[in-house]
Amino acid sequence: MLHISAFKQAAIWLTVIVGLALALPNAFYSRVETHNDAIAQGQVDTTWPSFLPSGLVNLGLDLRGGAHLLAEVQTTDVYATIMDATWPEVRDALAQERDTVGFVTRETSAPDELIVRISEPAGANRALEIVRGLARPITSLTGAGSTDIEVTGNGPLLTIRLSDAEKLAVDDRTMQQSLEIIRRRIDEVGTREPTIQRQGETRILVEVPGVGSAQEVKDIIGTTAQLTFQPVVGRAASATEQAGVGQEVLPSVDQQGVFYVLDTAPVVTGEELVDAQPAFDQNGQPAVNFRFNVTGARKFGDYTLDHIGEPFAIVLDNEVISAPTIQSHIPGGSGIITGNFTVEESTNLAVLLRAGALPAKLNFLEERTIGPQLGQDSIDAGKQAAVVGSALVVIFMLVTYGLFGLFANIALMINMGLIFGGLSLLGATLTLPGIAGIVLTVGMAVDANVLVFERIREELRTDKGPARAIELGYERALSAIVDSNVTTLITAGILFYMGSGPVRGFAVTLGLGIITSIFTAIFVTRSLIVIWFAWRRPKTIEV
Amino acid sequence: MRLRLVPDDTKINFFGLSKITFGGSIVLLVLSIVAYLAFGLNYGIDFKGGTTIRTESTQSVDVGAYRAALDPLGLGDVAITEVFDPGFGPDRNVAEIRIQAQGDAESIQPATMTAIESALTAVDPNVQFASVESVGPKVSGELIRSAVLSVLGAITAIVIYIWLRFEWQFAVGGIVALVHDVGLTIGLFALLQIKFDLAIIAALLTIVGYSINDTVVVFDRVRENLRKYKVMPLIDVLNLSANETLSRTLMTSGTTILALLALLFLGGDVIRGFVFAITWGIVVGTYSSIYIAKNIVLMLGVKRDWSKKDPRTVGKYADVESK
Repeated sequence: MLHISAFKQAAIWLTVIVGLALALPNAFYSRVETHNDAIAQGQVDTTWPSFLPSGLVNLGLDLRGGAHLLAEVQTTDVYATIMDATWPEVRDALAQERDTVGFVTRETSAPDELIVRISEPAGANRALEIVRGLARPITSLTGAGSTDIEVTGNGPLLTIRLSDAEKLAVDDRTMQQSLEIIRRRIDEVGTREPTIQRQGETRILVEVPGVGSAQEVKDIIGTTAQLTFQPVVGRAASATEQAGVGQEVLPSVDQQGVFYVLDTAPVVTGEELVDAQPAFDQNGQPAVNFRFNVTGARKFGDYTLDHIGEPFAIVLDNEVISAPTIQSHIPGGSGIITGNFTVEESTNLAVLLRAGALPAKLNFLEERTIGPQLGQDSIDAGKQAAVVGSALVVIFMLVTYGLFGLFANIALMINMGLIFGGLSLLGATLTLPGIAGIVLTVGMAVDANVLVFERIREELRTDKGPARAIELGYERALSAIVDSNVTTLITAGILFYMGSGPVRGFAVTLGLGIITSIFTAIFVTRSLIVIWFAWRRPKTIEV
Repeated sequence: MRLRLVPDDTKINFFGLSKITFGGSIVLLVLSIVAYLAFGLNYGIDFKGGTTIRTESTQSVDVGAYRAALDPLGLGDVAITEVFDPGFGPDRNVAEIRIQAQGDAESIQPATMTAIESALTAVDPNVQFASVESVGPKVSGELIRSAVLSVLGAITAIVIYIWLRFEWQFAVGGIVALVHDVGLTIGLFALLQIKFDLAIIAALLTIVGYSINDTVVVFDRVRENLRKYKVMPLIDVLNLSANETLSRTLMTSGTTILALLALLFLGGDVIRGFVFAITWGIVVGTYSSIYIAKNIVLMLGVKRDWSKKDPRTVGKYADVESK
């Protein structure tokens, strides 16, 4: 007979109550949001009762406003840096055997390789042996057994390249570093819930709600911010002046028309900085104090000892901040950068240096800015459409199925609540297409009920009693409900897997809506009908 | 008295007009292909790369003045359209400016954006930039690939599911109906030149899901009736099943379209194209599940006798031995 066990009834309604409780905070969105912010900052806040759930549906960028950026990390930049750093090592190693290999010069080459010419072709084999001796084994899991560089010889020319395993390891390290640095810089600004994640091999997705434009985020991240200390070879009159092999011409940041010719191989890089603080120099001008780590300090110490009286350049983002002359040996690994800074600039520079330089340049492949007002308009329009759409569906169901339509409508309202409860529980993001997904679900959610009701109508026509007709209606409609919803669930799954951002938000609400609508149609409506049936014991029913 | 969209016992012969309906669908599908080839799709920046700027102003939009202001910047292909929505008051004037991709791989450069903003502000001091979206050609190429893959993937996954749950003939019927729905939607977008972007792909996938949902409900009934009426000709079983489920098919399409119409009129202009695609897809999806999917099943025929093995699969020696 038409009956659901008390245990099952309890389970159904418990699920409904839990789901609705999870959805509740969304009805008081701004209040709960301030509460959550306060709690996150460790304050005591009583505006929202602590025994209630406080999870909220995240609003996507298209609803909240903010910036979305997709950056590609130029990991190959790092290969060039490594090659530049390898050159002095190779030169010094070969210089010790000058008798056999002769003089060593660097040839122009692709940025990710290093070509060295020796003046005594007869010593090529020995040179090859020496350079190969510089290779280090790779310690990473995937690269076990291989070394970091590969050396090939061609007469007097030696070509040094990174091995594939080393390139992979470098890529991975570069990505980890870039992610960490971007995260630190955006956190320094303290915006709410930024998303910073790696996408694919070499990409980083950055989403920051609440900022005015993508440009602001770019400024915070800084596209390169590479700090290096490079030896100065000389001055140049213009940027187009031809520099020698292994040299480059860079402009001065504050002196118009001043260019420096620098050695591309840096003495020390910003990676070896451990601390940077805004300070003032002896003239009371804003400056930045910095300190190197042990290896950086040793390199810097050795260099300053050997080059007293020569200038060296402090280079940030391919611009020379200053080119002081080395007055004395600087052994402690700490120093001061002076320039024509304002207090604010010196503070920013210190922050940038402290956060660490981005190891490679970022290319922005995609950027989207949504103004907060547009987002609010979308929310309002979506809300209005949802209310009107639901009202239309509710009336339509009521007119078509009468009392049973009312049951379906109650289930529909519960369904809406459960969708929000589910979204809050999953911490999912609601986007504008997501709102459309909810409205679409409203239309489709009644489908399972319609299938059942139509089936009950049919069974009633074959002169079955009301209880039997209802039971058969549910039983026989089930396979159609399951098959048709599984197919929609498949599409939602593919949308989620393939899509990103707003489209993914749509997939989540669509998928969740299917699950909750099956639950409400099969269990909640049925439970309502059973309760009603047990209470009224009708002889006939009209569906 | 309850509302009845469909009388209780309909005996519509859905195959009576099959030449017209089926022929009509083929003609429309061919026209869609022609429209696609002739006009092409109006790809959004997601697929073509470039920049879309949405401006809002209290002053009315003068497309000519905007164009005159942007022309000296030498940005290449620039499309300016005014956006209308019943929700906008007289002091809310919205325009959409689409600019072709500038670089080789990257999104718009800050300098270009600043130049555009100041040029437009010179024309209309009240102009606000409600959203700026820029996609580099590198990403857009990948987005096209993944969009095509996801639509094909969805269709394949669904067909496999139907094939497992039903007979292969139903899977073929389902896939033809899906291709029909997706084809007609793309055709309409080519004809009306509505912006075709990532959201439209999501809409296409939703149409795929919805259309198959409808088709499956009819198929489910066909499967049931095939077992119930073992000697009834297939055409009658299909007709009976369609009649029995007609009420539900129209009811569900009805509620869904009601909800979508609310969204279409009140949901704002940002998602109008998306909602329009879904609404259209549901109309053709409902039509295709009644008129297309079943026709294919009828053409292919279905193995009827569920208790015995299909004679074709029995080896010829089985006959020889029994003689």
